[in-house]
Amino acid sequence: MSRLYMARNPKVAARSLDGEMMIMSGRDSTLFTLNKTATILWQSADGTTPLDEIVDRRICTEFEVEPTEALRDAETLARELASHEILQLSEEPIPPHSTVAGESRAGESK
Amino acid sequence: MSGLLQEMTEKAQRLNIPFNVQLDLTYRCNERCVHCYLDHDDHGEMTTAEIKHLMDEMAEAGVFILTLSGGEIFLRKDFFELLEHARRLMFCVKLKTNALMIREREAARIRDLGVESVQISIYSHRPEVHDGITLIPGSLKRSIDAIRFLKSQGLRVIIANVLMRQNMQDYPGVRALAEEMGVECTLDPTITPMMDGNRSILDLGVDQGTLRQVFRDTALVGDADEFCAIPAPAGESELESTPCSAGHTACYVSPYGEVFPCVQFPLPTGNVRQQRFVDIWRDSDRMKEVRSIRLKDLTTCPSCTHAGTCTRCPGLAYLEGNMRGPSSQDCEKSFARTGIPSANMLAKKDAAATQARNLVQIRTLSNLASVSA
Repeated sequence: MSRLYMARNPKVAARSLDGEMMIMSGRDSTLFTLNKTATILWQSADGTTPLDEIVDRRICTEFEVEPTEALRDAETLARELASHEILQLSEEPIPPHSTVAGESRAGESK
Repeated sequence: MSGLLQEMTEKAQRLNIPFNVQLDLTYRCNERCVHCYLDHDDHGEMTTAEIKHLMDEMAEAGVFILTLSGGEIFLRKDFFELLEHARRLMFCVKLKTNALMIREREAARIRDLGVESVQISIYSHRPEVHDGITLIPGSLKRSIDAIRFLKSQGLRVIIANVLMRQNMQDYPGVRALAEEMGVECTLDPTITPMMDGNRSILDLGVDQGTLRQVFRDTALVGDADEFCAIPAPAGESELESTPCSAGHTACYVSPYGEVFPCVQFPLPTGNVRQQRFVDIWRDSDRMKEVRSIRLKDLTTCPSCTHAGTCTRCPGLAYLEGNMRGPSSQDCEKSFARTGIPSANMLAKKDAAATQARNLVQIRTLSNLASVSA
């Protein structure tokens, strides 16, 4: 079975406002706010950690959810975020962007 | 403003987060616009390292929208280094520029860095008028070329047109130009006094007749009757409302590190060279004072017919001498829109009448002159 890798689209703008992640699309300036699961995906989307590992380490530990179901839901969510060009998806690890590298937990204010 | 952006801005206000900051990178400029409020000398701009550090602090404080402006931002040799840093911190970056230095290569780089929008000042579709305002021959052509380069990269471009006596008949031409190029266009009749308090450039502002014409132009305002309707008196909620976002969710930082509530509100609240940005934002007594003012606290405005709908700018009021006072330019706008003078205009008229009566009394003393003759 192929694995899915996610990277943050470097063209979006992002900031956490009191724990609520705001993302502005680089395509058309549409603003999104992410729910808790989507925020975890966003924060974990480093291009090198496969989705199943993220689900296993961060989603199943956070929510009481069966791993297969969690992975299916996470993949649906990741594809939806990709359709808005918030995430990039690939079946291969995604190298860091050359001009604006997304940093770990990008867009989070402290 | 979109519903979600409005919601996020309101949340930022509740949490006292500086959601939206304008950072001027320089006051130096390659144009000499006749209405400009800035002194274009360099009095010690922040260094590259200082600005990057400030951006780090802003990201930490929760700033989301970062507008980079000036002066002319492209005169900073480190401009792209700073822009890259800002985008690495994932700010929603907006640029304000005259675009004279933007060619194909710069436009492509701006696109690659994910800039949200680029605002460019265009004062007329006629070179003799635009260049007569910027005082730079050929500047209209160069700015328009840049708009086309940016558009060809798929970037969002906004033309900003300041209305003044020199170009008051040209705004339909600028709008047509914007439409032809497929870019947005804004029109603003506000002239800002010089930052040192000099108000002489206010003479460039358009007269009442032109303002009335603009406010009844359906291409600009939609339903002119609705836009110019006599406003309902301000209710309880309006009297409790805050005047604008300055100091509430927005602030301005000068090239020298000074923090003000807004670019048009030069009340010094601190300097990021001496204090952390977030400490100035949260703890400056002056910022707190600005934040505390409600419509009901103003000196003249609460009783004004226009209180509920006026665009009163507290910064312009401050530049007139009292941040709790009226802003005469906004009184003029309300009057032009509705035909009803503001409370401030009526008070000034009363004061002038009183002064005239006093003069008449002095004249009656001419008897003294005849006695002494």
